[in-house]
Amino acid sequence: MEMVNRPYAAAFESYAVKNPEVLCLSADLTSSCEIDGFRDRHPEQFLSMGMAEQNMLSFAGGLGLAGFRPFIHTFGVFLYRRPYDQLMASIAYPRRKVRLMGFLPGITTPGGMTHQAIEDISVMRTIPNMTVLETGDATEVEGIVEAADSIDGPVYARVLRGSVPRLFKDPMKVGELRVLSEGSDVLVITAGITTEEAMRAGGALAKVGVSVRHLHLNTLKPFDARAILDHAASVRYGVITLENHLIAGGIGSMTAEAMADAGMGRRLIRLGLKDTYAHGGSKPYLMRYYGLDAMALVKAIEDLTGQQTGIDEDALDSVRVDAVHSAVKAEAL
Amino acid sequence: MKNVKTTEEIALGIRRRVFEHCMRNNGGYLSQACSAAEQLAFLYNEALKLGDPTLPMIPPPFGGVPSAENTTYVTGAGYNGPFEPQFDRLFIAPAHYALVAYATLIEVGRMAPEGLEMFNKDGSSVEMIGAEHSPGMEVHNGTLGIGLSTGAGLAWGRKRRGESGEVCVFMSDGEVQEGQTWEAVQAAAHHGIDNLWAIMDVNRQQCDGAMDSVMTVGDIATKLRNFGAVVAEIDAHDLAAMRQARATPHDGQPLIILANSSPTKGMEFLMRRFPRLHYVRFKSDAERAEMNIAIAAELGIEPIKLGEH
Repeated sequence: MEMVNRPYAAAFESYAVKNPEVLCLSADLTSSCEIDGFRDRHPEQFLSMGMAEQNMLSFAGGLGLAGFRPFIHTFGVFLYRRPYDQLMASIAYPRRKVRLMGFLPGITTPGGMTHQAIEDISVMRTIPNMTVLETGDATEVEGIVEAADSIDGPVYARVLRGSVPRLFKDPMKVGELRVLSEGSDVLVITAGITTEEAMRAGGALAKVGVSVRHLHLNTLKPFDARAILDHAASVRYGVITLENHLIAGGIGSMTAEAMADAGMGRRLIRLGLKDTYAHGGSKPYLMRYYGLDAMALVKAIEDLTGQQTGIDEDALDSVRVDAVHSAVKAEAL
Repeated sequence: MKNVKTTEEIALGIRRRVFEHCMRNNGGYLSQACSAAEQLAFLYNEALKLGDPTLPMIPPPFGGVPSAENTTYVTGAGYNGPFEPQFDRLFIAPAHYALVAYATLIEVGRMAPEGLEMFNKDGSSVEMIGAEHSPGMEVHNGTLGIGLSTGAGLAWGRKRRGESGEVCVFMSDGEVQEGQTWEAVQAAAHHGIDNLWAIMDVNRQQCDGAMDSVMTVGDIATKLRNFGAVVAEIDAHDLAAMRQARATPHDGQPLIILANSSPTKGMEFLMRRFPRLHYVRFKSDAERAEMNIAIAAELGIEPIKLGEH
């Protein structure tokens, strides 16, 4: 699998230099958000805001009022937990074209509770006027800048950083889900890092005759309920969602709402964090510990179909283990 | 717009109008008119460069919140004139001063007196806590501490664009209890945002009573200076001092004028209510009648005729 180093850095720079109304804001996490090179090469388009997120969000609202399109770079969790009121009053309500680039979504950090944005989708999707995007591979990270900037209003994006796998060839299109396999037994819906997990299980499941329909989401709001329902109606056993987030309020909830609204009586298994905080650890460790990985998906499929697959860890494609300390990350966080 | 009244006359008019409104409606933000009348009169009548209003003199009803579907959405900033590069922009950071701000718009001929009759009525845009769509408002400031940050962002953007118009924020001293205010001053100073200035109504009052009893804030001027602002301190009811303070050079730094005010200026009878002045509601008909006579006399008007309100 091709791995791409710091895909956001190059994508942001190439887009921003062509769009002078795009501004780059950082809250003291400049290299951690891969914009240090941009800062050094384009200081006139860069604003250091310090560790002061409440001011940064309202300030960005003011920049939006002046006709600029600020991209705010920090860890996702810092974009909504502390400055929630500022997010509402200064950005979301007036529909400012502020692009909230949230790095380290979910458990993709050993930083523990304070650094893990595990309820961000739940929070952001309930905010009126907000669009919510999520990146699942290097191609989507490369496309997230232009995609976010195409939105007439505020956008929150879950952005992957560091060494990121390339899973897709085609660039992301806002509002278009990816159909990764068109099986007829079980519908599996993933987004972000869980897509790679579902793909890891794909080969083993196919070998034992389980036919999986796999959808990858990059646009979480607006949520394409119609497409989800059509796919859900076309499988035999039911639906499984697997997400790097709490099962409350994320894609599992959105799928459940869509099915309930339509009166669709199908089984739904939601995999993700279950009313719990996580702790610090590597991504593979946390994904296994909290049941967000390929093996958790296999077990859920067995539950849904009522059939044992016989698949064990060894049958799955190998886990990709990133170095905790790596040249492509500013720090291990 | 041509000034037909003096700033002193406008300040008196603001007090009279807010007093009349509070009498008729059995309460309101009366003390804020006492403390801030000169400041808002000064802003609209002298300090700000504003174009003619772009919205009707009688405010339209609430037109819906911003959304992709609400294509005709406008803010209340149209009462301050058009968004043009040469004109200043104003944020009223303590949105509960809206009643005083609306009275100011009427006194300076930017809103019809009938506008105030819509105050806090269901379906009206003339909201009690000034909303983004309320007359004279450009952004939401209902929670305290966010106004200066937004003003700083707008000012940075205007400076980058080479616009001559400045950004002014009317603030309240309670806002210095919010951490965000200090973040904003720090950022404005760091980025040399000197087309930003603020006037702060330092009346030493807040919702629960006198600030010193709720949360002491120390020496606001020294704190602001240490965070990077140029500070001028004045008597809020001395217009000559206000003019001089506005002229304070502040190259590369934001200017904040601390206007030390009396929460009962012009209506000294209100001291009976001290320190519960945040929202004055009359406790009895007798108190209302007594205040009506006493304060009307102070303001040089006849007592308000109380009808069926």
